[in-house]
Amino acid sequence: MPPTLVVFWVFAAAAIGSALLCITRRNTVASALWLVVTLFDMAALFVMLDAQFIAVLQVLVYAGAIMVLFLFVIMLLNLGPGTASDVKGPAGLAVATLLAAAFGIQLLALLRSGPPAAAAGDMARTVQSEGMVGAVARPLFTVYLVPFEITSVLLLAAIVGAVVLAKRQL
Amino acid sequence: MLLGPSLLVSAVLFTLGVAGVLIRRNAIVIFMCVELMLNAVNLTFVALAQTLGVGGQIFVLIVMAVAAAEAAVGLAIVLAIFRHRETVNLQNINLLKG
Repeated sequence: MPPTLVVFWVFAAAAIGSALLCITRRNTVASALWLVVTLFDMAALFVMLDAQFIAVLQVLVYAGAIMVLFLFVIMLLNLGPGTASDVKGPAGLAVATLLAAAFGIQLLALLRSGPPAAAAGDMARTVQSEGMVGAVARPLFTVYLVPFEITSVLLLAAIVGAVVLAKRQL
Repeated sequence: MLLGPSLLVSAVLFTLGVAGVLIRRNAIVIFMCVELMLNAVNLTFVALAQTLGVGGQIFVLIVMAVAAAEAAVGLAIVLAIFRHRETVNLQNINLLKG
């Protein structure tokens, strides 16, 4: 096995393991912290897939900002250790596991049909010639300018919505 | 070279996210599982962007913006519910249950 693949599987196994811990931990704070570990591992996978800029954003925006927001709300609501378990009972757990397994098998069956074939190493070459930020920034501000601007409207709507919802009286 | 393994890992992580949504009752944990699913899809986008062009990575940026907006509004809703019902356990939030 080539060394790249070994490193890839190490991070992939860590991501999957901490995702498992995230969905099974009873303590909500522990759950959130395991999700942070998953997000960090996925940032490592992004680096290996020639998406260095996305990996940095993953750490800054996801593992940083969004998860801090989650932890802040968890602690504001006082959901730390000592709260009752919210995992479903044996019957509900069995049905849920069965449904998730069926879904997973469908996804894996989809994978067997094979990914689309294309010229290999295209992205790596773009990063080589334009730099890791330039490779993303140039198309973002030319071809994808309109979706990018619409994103700002979405964020504005989210800010206004969050403020209105968090007000004491509506 | 890493495309196949990436898609496999992405499928497993998405399934774990689905399982989390199904087995938990805490609204905040369910939100975190949705974030996990969004991340699994991001991994697919990045893996395919390796060979199919940079559009996938741009889409990941937009998915991150949507996830941030979703987290902000969703957590505000959870806070509002908690203020009314003193719980975030979805079993106790059944006003619309038939």
